[in-house]
Amino acid sequence: MGETTPFDEMYNADGSVREPYRALSEWLAEQPDKGLALMQTDAEAIFRKLGITFAVYGSEEGTEKVIPFDVIPRIIAAQEWRKLSRGIEQRVKALNAFLYDVYHRQEILKAGRIPEKLILNNAAFCPQMMGLEPARGVYAHIIGVDIVRVGPDEFYVLEDNLRTPSGVSYMLEDREAMMMLAPDLFQRSKVAPVETYPENLRRTLQSVAPAGAGSNPVIAVLTPGIYNSAYFEHSFLADQMGAALCEGHDLFVDGGKVYMRTTTGPERVDVIYRRIDDDYLDPLTFRPDSMLGVPGVFDAYRAGNVTLVNAPGTGIADDKAVYTYVPEIIEFYLGEKALLNNVPTYNCTDEDQRGWVLDNIGDLVVKEVHGSGGYGMMVGPTSTKAQHEEFKKKILARPDNYIVQPTLSLSTCPTHIDGTVAPRHVDLRPYVLVGDEVRITPGGLTRVALKQGSLVVNSSQGGGTKDTWVLED
Amino acid sequence: MLGRTAQNLFWMSRYVERAENMARLLEVGYRMSLTSRREGGASEHLVSMLQAAEMDEAFAERHDVADVDTVAHFMMFDPANPSSVYSCLQAARTNARSVRTALTTDMWESMNGAWLEFSQIKPRDVRGAKLLGLLQWVRQRSHEFRGALLGTILRDDGFAFLQAGNFVERADNTARILDMKYYVLLPRSSLVGGEIDIQQWTLILRAASAHRAYGHVYHDRYKAHNIADFLILRPEMPRSLVYCARFVQQNLDLLAKIYGRREACQDAIDDLLRLVEGTDMDKIFAHGLHEFLNDFIDRNNRVTDALSVSYNFY
Repeated sequence: MGETTPFDEMYNADGSVREPYRALSEWLAEQPDKGLALMQTDAEAIFRKLGITFAVYGSEEGTEKVIPFDVIPRIIAAQEWRKLSRGIEQRVKALNAFLYDVYHRQEILKAGRIPEKLILNNAAFCPQMMGLEPARGVYAHIIGVDIVRVGPDEFYVLEDNLRTPSGVSYMLEDREAMMMLAPDLFQRSKVAPVETYPENLRRTLQSVAPAGAGSNPVIAVLTPGIYNSAYFEHSFLADQMGAALCEGHDLFVDGGKVYMRTTTGPERVDVIYRRIDDDYLDPLTFRPDSMLGVPGVFDAYRAGNVTLVNAPGTGIADDKAVYTYVPEIIEFYLGEKALLNNVPTYNCTDEDQRGWVLDNIGDLVVKEVHGSGGYGMMVGPTSTKAQHEEFKKKILARPDNYIVQPTLSLSTCPTHIDGTVAPRHVDLRPYVLVGDEVRITPGGLTRVALKQGSLVVNSSQGGGTKDTWVLED
Repeated sequence: MLGRTAQNLFWMSRYVERAENMARLLEVGYRMSLTSRREGGASEHLVSMLQAAEMDEAFAERHDVADVDTVAHFMMFDPANPSSVYSCLQAARTNARSVRTALTTDMWESMNGAWLEFSQIKPRDVRGAKLLGLLQWVRQRSHEFRGALLGTILRDDGFAFLQAGNFVERADNTARILDMKYYVLLPRSSLVGGEIDIQQWTLILRAASAHRAYGHVYHDRYKAHNIADFLILRPEMPRSLVYCARFVQQNLDLLAKIYGRREACQDAIDDLLRLVEGTDMDKIFAHGLHEFLNDFIDRNNRVTDALSVSYNFY
């Protein structure tokens, strides 16, 4: 797979321009010599001024970086998007049904469609959630599905990200920046708006408030604080929704209800959009040493006095080992065939598959089951022999800790590199909201690997972002 | 509004004001050290300026000699000095980051921009004329922030906390500048102030950005009585104690109105105002200027304490 030319989203193999990119192609041709470079400088200044930064773990303490923003948008045609969004909706419905089942009657395990051991012995399975009835039966309300494209009509889902997906603020700010930088390009195209996201987020959160919450439920965004790498996003979303941005010590539980400490005394909270991991959410139920969480909040949730978004324990449905079963899950709960492809995934605990994996490791991608952010992974074709050997040893030592997939030839998009335009690999993370209805924002976060030939798009590994345009008919 | 948010707003505003005051004070000290004609005079001015900022002890721990370079570095750039311009801007910006949702975009951009620019400056590049330029820049950024605040923020409780913080800090600053030089303001038998006195008076007025306004108000040469009156009792002087205290009172009254209830902090500000209203300079001098200023600083601190309790700062 590594040797074929990747699918380019702007140019056909014969060099002609694909239809969705026609306006962009003309616009690019009209830009003066240093036009893109100037725009790039402006973009950098805009982002820094707005304080759209993220902290890089491991680098000097307190350093805030701006994620590189590429000034050339990525474009998706209307009919391509329709297909994608149908597939995404199907997936998030099935995964929520799966979560309800796993934390209730466990029919899918009884039916033998997924090995019981894989769920019940999984670190992501949350026994405290058993029998709990979340509002509207929804567990994963806010989802960012990682998708890659390999051909004109071929999309694969890499990960479902049902815990606390981040990056949606980049989708929104990338659009803001792009509109400032190239209003003339917008005028020539019909681009679907993304700025509806915060309002839809508020509606989604309010729609899952506990029954007794009244007509205008109070929302709090719970953040670990200003040193968290995604703090900008937490404050951004709270601001956009007009919700309170709270740290753990701003909230307390009294008589099974959650309150925030305000200037005029306690105020009741109905919905908590928490950007704190399950483990740190409540020291009384999960990790006792957590200073970030709210003691007693899980009991308040169990008692139906507050809604946690996303629910604890959703990780069982986006676990890399469970991922393999998603087509099965869709069929079991919806009686439909999966509309979006899963990447074929090899199971290293199976002796035959493991043998094949070890022989072909140079062509494969190895991922740690619980890894994220591009850490703990190896892309065979771009790694050294020594790295291949290192990962072979790791797999042999702990075969259950790794999943292995073929190296997908990610599509490329035109990208501004040092004053010229060159193809670079991209992925896509559309954002989905699940509450009283499923709301998918037309667009998403496009991450781009700025290094030539690189397939790793994570910002922690030198990736950038692009504004993502879904065209309207 | 979260109690923590109110606290962050109040302190953010104090730190911005403090950064501005530090810059103004350093500018005065720097100017005077340039023109001082006496042997050792430069160092003396710089030290009394450090005293006004209550930094003299911390400075002595870190430096043996008080010259323009060491004092400027200590007051501008030293992260170990919690009231250096660097520390103030950093603290203001950290508070701003914690309460971004309570700030307007214009306020945030102004705050964030000031910090980003300042944190990139290399101290060794800032000497002489560049130092004066930078000091002006600090004042301008503070003005810009206040302008963004006044022009864009809702007149709600957040506004009141910001304004209260700003003027509590300013009152404290003016009182300390006066106290640093209170002895040159005391009534004396000599009819004409000596050269030294004039220089000291100029320092006081400049440190409060009041040297030109003085002429407009009094149409008279510098007189100790007038200078004290100007900075303590003049209601039209925006850095005078009475002006600052009234301003804080207005904003605490706004809070009482918004929340529909008076708290201990409204009593505390009334108590502060009682000290500066219905009095005149003769009475203050008779009572003792130094004692008066210390009483003011104490009562002003009690306003912050009461505010923290009344509105659940934690």
